[in-house]
Amino acid sequence: MDYRAVLRIVLIGALLLGLIALPSLVEKDSIINLVVLILLYVTLASSWNILGGYTGQTNLGHAAFFGLGSLVTRMLWTSGFPLFPSMLLGCAVAVALALIIGVPAFKLRGAYFAIGTLALGQVLFVTVGNEFPLISALPAKALASYELLPRYYFFVGMAVVTVAASYLLAHSRLGLGMMAVREQEDAAESLGVSALRHKLIALVISAFFAGLAGGGFAFYHVSYYPQFPFAPVWTFDAVMMTYIGGVGTIVGPVIGALFYVVIKEYLALNLVELHLIVFGTLFILVVLFLPGGLVEAWSKIRRQYLRRTTPKEVEPSTTD
Amino acid sequence: MLEPLAQSLVFGVLVGGIYGLAALGLSLVFGVTKFLNVSHGELLMFGGYASFWVFVLWGVDPFLTIPFAVIFLALIGLVLYKLLFARMVKLPEEVKIRNTLLIGFGLSLILQNIALRLWTADDRSITTFYSGAAITFLGVRFPVVRLISLGIALVCFLALHQFLHRTFTGKAIRATVEDWEAAAMMGIDTQRVSQLAFIIGASLAGIAGTLVAIGYSIDPSMGLEWTLVALITMVLGGLGSIMGTLVGGLLLGVTQAATSFFLGGTYREIVGLLIFLLVLVLRPQGLLGTKRE
Repeated sequence: MDYRAVLRIVLIGALLLGLIALPSLVEKDSIINLVVLILLYVTLASSWNILGGYTGQTNLGHAAFFGLGSLVTRMLWTSGFPLFPSMLLGCAVAVALALIIGVPAFKLRGAYFAIGTLALGQVLFVTVGNEFPLISALPAKALASYELLPRYYFFVGMAVVTVAASYLLAHSRLGLGMMAVREQEDAAESLGVSALRHKLIALVISAFFAGLAGGGFAFYHVSYYPQFPFAPVWTFDAVMMTYIGGVGTIVGPVIGALFYVVIKEYLALNLVELHLIVFGTLFILVVLFLPGGLVEAWSKIRRQYLRRTTPKEVEPSTTD
Repeated sequence: MLEPLAQSLVFGVLVGGIYGLAALGLSLVFGVTKFLNVSHGELLMFGGYASFWVFVLWGVDPFLTIPFAVIFLALIGLVLYKLLFARMVKLPEEVKIRNTLLIGFGLSLILQNIALRLWTADDRSITTFYSGAAITFLGVRFPVVRLISLGIALVCFLALHQFLHRTFTGKAIRATVEDWEAAAMMGIDTQRVSQLAFIIGASLAGIAGTLVAIGYSIDPSMGLEWTLVALITMVLGGLGSIMGTLVGGLLLGVTQAATSFFLGGTYREIVGLLIFLLVLVLRPQGLLGTKRE
């Protein structure tokens, strides 16, 4: 094992320990809530990345899966059903939608897939707003026993599982097939990689984790309008985080989510909407000049540095 | 039963003209450059605000604010093209469509939040002394401002049609739509044609924005809804046909009106989206369906 692999394991271990120990290190709930938000975005962006990054299918209706997960979880849970089975059913409904729309949606190529999913997301957003116009609040009993810590640890687990799944997927035969479809669909087909099958599997996995994030959302929030998690802004946030971090990479969505929330917190103290203007600009710059996002920027800087210090040890770029 | 239905349909036709106009700029830009500019709705919103402020601050008649909206949007279009979209012209088509789509999203976020900062989230609309005036014919009301708006939309369609068919520049644009490589070989500066098409597209969005501000209302978050309206109309009308876009807009307006009449107003927006999805899926090449191979 070379030193970089060891370093990586040590870093990941330290990060996990830090996340687990955080509640005993900080007093303020606001910090915990902030980390919960980061973890929610990590899950959402990573789940988008599985379809959008690995297979290159720009899904602009991702909020539909997130929203369905939250809607089903919340309805079952507040009507007395146990929490975790409710969440699983929420994921199941999100996956069911993925299976229903998958085949017709993947008839559309490229940008047509993007605007088709955008329209689909909007249909669900409007419909849910019409059918469930009332705010969903936790019953008084659940409200009285509301605790932040179990929710925090749920979000830690959820984000870790999602990132781990995207790591395993990227290093599996299936994941390689997805990337082959992204690079050259016809070439992949000619080598026996079914484009439709790989896209469908990616969509299902993506929908599952988005549904799970929705379940977490329903578990965490005291009250919200059922329509809210269906709002297109969830999709756009996930897309931008993924691109800014590094689309198609494992750590990209994680870095993007962290970066997004930190910038948002930092700028929101000064000016309300400024962070969205900054983030939109950054997103455009990444699309124009840095297609690999911050991850690519980092590896470029590192390669430059390595080249200058030890010219003989230059390694080819890695995928993550 | 019959009179309210007729009334709904009339309103549908009147709004349909604006739908067509909203789609016209998007369709022109997509046809010429293959840029899918999803911030088109935000451009429309900026046109609406330009007219609103010219009307409020200088007291100009709302319909006479159109030149201001056109100039303002032409400038925005020029800046956006020079800064962002000019870099996309030479990319392969699929990458071009995807990247412009992503840039459009970033742009819509930026423009929306600039509008929010400058002009707050309030709903605005232009109300003038003749806003309430209407002509009644066989028991059906025809609001004067919406009639004039439909007229202006029709004039825009005719003007663009004439421009594309009668002038040298217009013919250069059409040649670029047909086959940009051949056009370039014939000495047409396709980069300039793209820029011109983009500026005209933005200006048309500006006019549509003015008409929306006069007949309906505007707010900073209206962009996505109008982008979708324009996309739906473009698909319904079939790409590459100017008059098709007008028909698509009228069709969407009437369908929405009929839906809200029979099923209630809450499903007005959905029916258009569902038709859009059906057309996309049943014609796998979707928007390119009418393009020659």
